[in-house]
Formats: sequence, structure tokens, C-alpha cells
Amino acid sequence: MNFGVTGLVVLAVLALTGVAFVLARSRALASAGGDVRKLHSLPSYYGYNAAMFTAVPALGVMVIWLLAQPVVTQNAVIQMIPAATVAEGSSINLVMSDVRRVADGLDQAVAKGAMTQEQAANLRAGQSDVRGRLAEVGVALGSDVQPEVLAAAQQYRVLTTRWNSLMAGVVLALALGGLALSISVATKDFRARNTVEKGVLGLLVVAASLAILTTVGIVLSMLFETLNFFRLHPWTDFFFGTSWAPNFRGNSELSILPLLWGTLYISFIALAVAVPIGLFSAIYLSEYAGPKVRALAKPLLEILAGIPTIVYGLFALLTVGPALVRVFGRGDQGLLGVEWMSGATAVLTAGLVMGIMLIPFVSSLSDDIINAVPQSLRDGSFGLGATHSETIRQVVLPAALPGIVGAILLAASRAIGETMIVVLGAGAIAKFSLNPFEAMTTITTRIVSQLTGDTDFASAETLVAFALGLTLFVLTLGLNVIALYIVRKYREQYE
Amino acid sequence: MTDATQTNASDAAPKMTKGSLLVQDVRTRRRNAAEARFKAYGMIAISIGLLMLVILVYNIVSRGTGAFQQTFVTLSVELPADKLDKKGNGDIEEIKKVSTFGYSPLLSAAMAQTVRDLGIKTDMKPKDMGEILSKGAASQLRDYVLADISVIGRTATFELLASSRVDGYLKDRVTRDSIANDKNISVEQLDLVDALVAAGVVEKRFNIGFITGSDASDQRPEAAGIGVSMIGSLFMMIVVLVLALPIGVAASIYLEEFAPKNWITDIIEVNISNLAAVPSIVFGILGLAVFINYMHLPNSAPLVGGLVLTLMTLPTIIISTRASLKAVPPSIRDAALGVGASKMQSVFHHVLPLAAPGILTGTIIGLAQALGETAPLLLIGMVGFIASNAPDSIASGLLSPNSAMPAQIYEWAKRSDPAFYERAWGGIIILLVFLVTMNTIAVILRRRFERRW
Repeated sequence: MNFGVTGLVVLAVLALTGVAFVLARSRALASAGGDVRKLHSLPSYYGYNAAMFTAVPALGVMVIWLLAQPVVTQNAVIQMIPAATVAEGSSINLVMSDVRRVADGLDQAVAKGAMTQEQAANLRAGQSDVRGRLAEVGVALGSDVQPEVLAAAQQYRVLTTRWNSLMAGVVLALALGGLALSISVATKDFRARNTVEKGVLGLLVVAASLAILTTVGIVLSMLFETLNFFRLHPWTDFFFGTSWAPNFRGNSELSILPLLWGTLYISFIALAVAVPIGLFSAIYLSEYAGPKVRALAKPLLEILAGIPTIVYGLFALLTVGPALVRVFGRGDQGLLGVEWMSGATAVLTAGLVMGIMLIPFVSSLSDDIINAVPQSLRDGSFGLGATHSETIRQVVLPAALPGIVGAILLAASRAIGETMIVVLGAGAIAKFSLNPFEAMTTITTRIVSQLTGDTDFASAETLVAFALGLTLFVLTLGLNVIALYIVRKYREQYE
Repeated sequence: MTDATQTNASDAAPKMTKGSLLVQDVRTRRRNAAEARFKAYGMIAISIGLLMLVILVYNIVSRGTGAFQQTFVTLSVELPADKLDKKGNGDIEEIKKVSTFGYSPLLSAAMAQTVRDLGIKTDMKPKDMGEILSKGAASQLRDYVLADISVIGRTATFELLASSRVDGYLKDRVTRDSIANDKNISVEQLDLVDALVAAGVVEKRFNIGFITGSDASDQRPEAAGIGVSMIGSLFMMIVVLVLALPIGVAASIYLEEFAPKNWITDIIEVNISNLAAVPSIVFGILGLAVFINYMHLPNSAPLVGGLVLTLMTLPTIIISTRASLKAVPPSIRDAALGVGASKMQSVFHHVLPLAAPGILTGTIIGLAQALGETAPLLLIGMVGFIASNAPDSIASGLLSPNSAMPAQIYEWAKRSDPAFYERAWGGIIILLVFLVTMNTIAVILRRRFERRW
């Protein structure tokens, strides 16, 4: 993408917007003979109106254009590549990424003065060493450039340049048109404020729908790649297979079940740590603690929630893991004299640390929920002679139970989606095992490892990450929806 | 509940004939003990939570402060003309041909000379003595010479980084026992270091290079710094602020003030609260698929990181902005409408300024969250990359590959040399200093400017 052209166009539109504001405002004032009282709206509204008409359609079209252009160009270029060029085990997308890399290389060569525009456009693969010349300007290519790819790349450049100049023309024309139109209507009887307010309302709606757009983007981006993945890999193996063994030479076994097991096991340990501690903390803080203790302990506990997960990850890898090995491992030199744990990364390590991270989630949510239980319930129980703890166990907790379940589900969704702690603390071995001292791996860990480093977006081994991501999204979304529904229902009960 | 009380009452009934107010019967004692136990569980739970916080903070501080200290060696190095400028014509192109391999012997010789001058007895070869210095020392020397070639032929005094093993020895990370299988350092070298420390040639000093510098290769942990990735984080935060604040505020204003109560609004609201709980790594996948694979924005660029973090922060900002808009009493809106303002004017001229402190607080907290986020950055390639120079312009700051603070910490944590762990903890201290500052500002803003109605 050419940032130069885009940047210049944006600057030009902004400049026009400023001009429009000043011109429209002064024209409106002039039409009223300089008397503000004769205008329908305040003078600056005429300016805003003109600025809005100049900038919004132009910039809107530009954004849509920039989003659509890569697809259009790619489709045009893809037809130039004969099927024979696509090597076995490769795909058209891979060839396209080569095309783009060559085109970028040519762009850079021109920008650095190593080639002229004409040279870049007339380069022939047979005649000159394209790879060598591109290497000179710092663009490394994996293999020699095939003539078809070079021709496609040159066509790609031609099309991109053509589309870019067309875009600049259309956008500037729109801006100028908006400017002319808005200035021509800027007279004293024009209802400028109402127009501006309608426009602003439209922008507010657009901003609000961005949330939906994000969700749609998440789902679509993962859905398409997931479908691609299922075309390369049987979905039965993904959902019902029993082993995870990616192999970059192909023929891998990519089943989610061992990863899901690791994820759930670690989350279970985390919840087993966080729920009792968090719940009892919440009970103590809301029922027993005096205002001073509460004012001190609650924010302190909540610091745990504000610490970035990378810190917990490091804590797991370098502190908790080795400490656990000292207790449960090392044979005779260990504290227990047992040889259960060999490495610092293990289910227990990640689970314990994640549990610490989740304590404040459980405690502050439960705290709110326990506080929402009406005082009259407690008073009634005390009046019957129950002790404080009996009241809590038999009256307050049952009343707060749905809310607490919601809080725990939210914490569980958090645990399933947590990444950094498991990437650093859980290990990389996918297996079904009940031994908490063994290293295991999770969905998020595998997403990270399949998508970092050299990735080839035409292989099942990379695309599986999108299928994993989609599963993760659906899983956490389901938990969240249920949890939010329960919490909301519960709140309504006492309001 | 009622059943339980009834059974309690009927159980207790026969005993009540012998009961006394002064002597507790068995059942009362048991109930009181249960009460005390229950209360103790609560206290234990809180103590465990707080203890974890203390352990965590203690761990970070005790392990990380070492990164702010570094071992330096002060050496006078002779820069002989016959080695560096063989033809003697002072042509800079000729001098550039001497690689760092040409400079290493000079350092070893200077080291040997210093040792001889101090009268330290050792039977090591100069080359082994030179290994006390960082592998980057030769290039430091070379850069110095190339910056001003008139120094050739003279003797200059340098402060050179010691190698990470020597640094670790002075910080008690490396001991004489632990280096038994280490090819990078020997016991004789450590003896020499001890002597040099006594002579004041080798000393630990505050390490400004860690705060301002860039990451270094696997071989030179002593030279790694977090400065450049700090700039990467800064650019990402600028992108987040510029995009998330206006969009978030606009969305909240619409939902809180204008949106009609219908199913579309409901969907948007449910959507936002769900987006707030979507795992951050999913946003990373979105960024990879949309911004990099589809739109072909450059890999590892802070712009892409900023865009991803914007999407991630938006729900947080929207939720807190809506809360502060809701806190502005309706009488303000009614009064504005009453004197003839339009709905839009009442919102933008009156409600929004009154809600501004709350919005700002929420934004700062959202930014702090985004600053510490790592997982999405891994997917858009902001790791495994050594950004050696600070960007020189805003465009290159946004578009040229860089790292971010948490991604840099992750990178260090993954390397095998324990010297990098110290860097990682040190980086965490810097990251936490930023987070604490931001949160403190947010709390102060809230305390000072928030109005109670």
C-alpha cells in the first residue's frame, strides 16, 4: 500500500475542510449582512456544516476504497498466473504473496534510486538477475523469480498505481463537490444546526456500531480461515482425534481434544485456588471487616488484577516453577525427597499462578454480590438467634448463589482465555494425563506457537490456529453470555 | 433455613432445663467455635491473597534491581596507527575495512597492560584477559574511532561493559561452583576480576543503558536495554489514545443519550459487554487476519499493535464513559433544554464537560491495561525482533518494526541465558512504574474532580 499517496490525500482533504469552514461561515454571515440575529443558526454551525460535507464523504469513501482495493487488485492479477506456475504442495495464495513481495521490492528499488520507473516496469526475468538486484536494496526472496510472477508483480504495480491515482482523484473530487455544495447552501435561511446535528448523530451511530463490526470482524476473519483449514484437514480429526502432533512436512495430527484437556485442567486448578480464597476474602470483607480494614485490603487485593499477565508468566516460569521443583522434585535433594516433577513448567505451576491472578476477580465480584443481598434477610436471621456465620452460610450465601456462580463462570472464561501465564508456565506437550506435575499445553499456547515465527498461510499447521481461536472464542463467549445473564437476573431479583 | 432452626430448637429444648447463662453448654460452645473458625477462614483467605501480593512484589524488586546496575571496566586503550590505518593515508574508507576483529587484540593488549601496571600476577594470555570484556566492546571502540579518525595513534580511556558472566559474578548470580561447565569464563578470570575490583578498574555502576538502550543479541545480555521498546509502546499508546478515546466517547454518548430502546441497541450493548471479556489473544488473531494478511499493513509495526489494542480497549472505555455519563443528573440536561438548547447542545455543552473527569479516569485505566498486554502483540510479530535504533520520525515510529515493553520482557524470558532473566525482571519494574503512575493519576483525577451530585 502506498502510504505517500494516502497521506497526501488526507492532508489535502483536511486543508479543504479548513477552507470550507472559513468560507461557509463568512458567506453565511455576509448573507445576513453581518447581523447574527438574522441567521437561522449560529455562524459557526454553517462552518461545521461545510466542514462535515467536505471531509466525511471523502474520507469515508477513502477508507472503504483502501479496504476494497487489495482484493480487487489481487483478483485482477491472479488471473495472470497460469495454474502450472503453482507448484505442488503450494497454493495460489502463496504465489500471490511472492508477487506482492516482488512488487514491494521493485517499489523499494525505485524509491532508493537503484532502478528507474521504466527499468522496473520493463524488467524481464530471463534477461537480468531480479533476485540479485532486489537483494541489493534489502529485499530477500526465497527463490528465483519466475517470469510469470515477475509479470504479475509488474501488473500489480501498474494496477496499484492506477487505483491509487484514481482514488486520489475520486476522493478529492468528492471533497471539492462537498465544499461547493455546502458553501452554496450557506445562506441565512439554511437550517445549518439541524443538518450538523443529524450528521453528528450519524457519526455517533457509526462509532457505536464499531463494536458490532469488531465482533463480526472477529468471527468472519476466523471463520474463513477455519473453513480453509477444514478443506485441508478433516474436521473429524480436529474435533474427535486424540493426538496433537503438528508436522511441518504435512500429514500432521491436529486434534483439539488434548489441548482442551490441558486448558480445562489448568483452569480447574486455577479455580480450585481462586474460588475458596476469593470467596472467603469477599465474605470476610463484606461481612466481618471494619471500614478501615476494608478500605485497605480491598484495593490491595485488586492490585493483583491490575498486574499485567506477562508478570505472572515470569513469576510462574522463574519463581513458582523452580520452587515447586524444589519441593516435589530433585529426588533426595528435594524437600519431600520425591521425584515427581522434573521441569519448572507444569500444570500445577500455571494453575497456581493463574489462581493467584483470579483471586481479585472472584473476590470483588462476589463482594459486590454479597453486598447486594438486602440487610433485612440478615436481620431476620439474627432475630431468630442464628450466629453470624450461620446467617452467612444459610441465608446470605444461598441468596447470593446465582451471582456467585456467575462470578465463577466469568473467572473460568478468563482462565480459559489466559495466554501469557500458560505460554511461559505450562509447557508444550499435548497429552491426556492426570498428573499435575507434568507439562501440558493449552489452546492459547498452541495458537501462539502456530502463528509466530515463519508462517505459511496455506498450510493446515498454520490455519489450525484459526480453528483453535474460533473454538476458544465460542467457548468463552458462551461462558460470558451465561454468566452475564445469571448476574443480571440476580441483580433484578433484589432491585 | 426455617427447618434447620426448628430442629435446633427442638434439640436444644431438653438441655435448657439444666442450662445456665454463665456456663455455655456443649452446643453453644460448638456453635461459637464454628463462628470463630469461619471468621478465621476469611482472615486466612485475605492473608493468603495479600501474602501473594507481597511475595510477587518482593520477587520483582529483589530480582529486578540488579538490571539497573552494571559492571564497567575502565581501560586506557592504545589506538596504534599501524593496525587501524595500515596505509597511513587517513582515508576513512580504508579504516572502515578494519572489522571488530581488528579491534579485539587492542582491547586484550590494553587489558594485559593494565594488569601489568597494577602489578597483578597472573599467567593468563592477553586474549583470555580480554574475554572479561563484553563482546560488544570491540564495536564500541570501532565506532569511537570511526566517529573521529584523528584519535588514531593516541591513547584513549574507555568505560567498557564487562561480559555478562563477570557482571553476574559481581551480582552473585555466577559463582565459582556454577561455572564448572561454562566455557565462557574460567576461575582464573574470576581471580583476575577480584584483583581488578580491588584496584578499582572493574566496578558496578548505575546502568543508564538499560533504560535508554535497545535489545542486544543472545550473546550480549550485558548490553540489552528496554529503551527502544519503550518508544514502541509509546507509539502504540498514542494510536490507542487517538482512536479509542473519540470513538469510545462517541459510542457511549449515542448509547447513553440518544439510542432508542429497541433490539438493535440491545444487541450493541450485549456485544460491548461480551467484547470486554473476549480473550486478548483473539484480538491478536483478528489483527493478524485483518490488518496484516488482508490490509497488508507492515508486520511488527506499532501502528498495527495500536489498532489491535484500540479494539481491545474500546469496551473498557465505553463502559466507564457510560457510567460517568449516567452519573450526571438529569436536572442538568433538563435545565439546558429548558433555556432552549437542542438535545445535541445539552449533551456536548453540559453533560460531556461534567462527565470529563470520569471519562479521563476510565481512559487512563484502559490505557494502562493496553500497555501491559502481551498476547495480541505476539501474533502480529512484535517479538523476536531486535530494533536497534530508535525511530527518527513519527511515520517511522508508527510503521517501522519495533517491539513493545511487555513483548520485550517476554522475549528476554524465553532466552536461555539467565543473565536475561535479570533484564526481564528489571523491565517489569519499569513497566510497573508506568502502570502505577498512570493508575495514581487516574485515582487523583477521580478524587479531585469527580463531583458528587
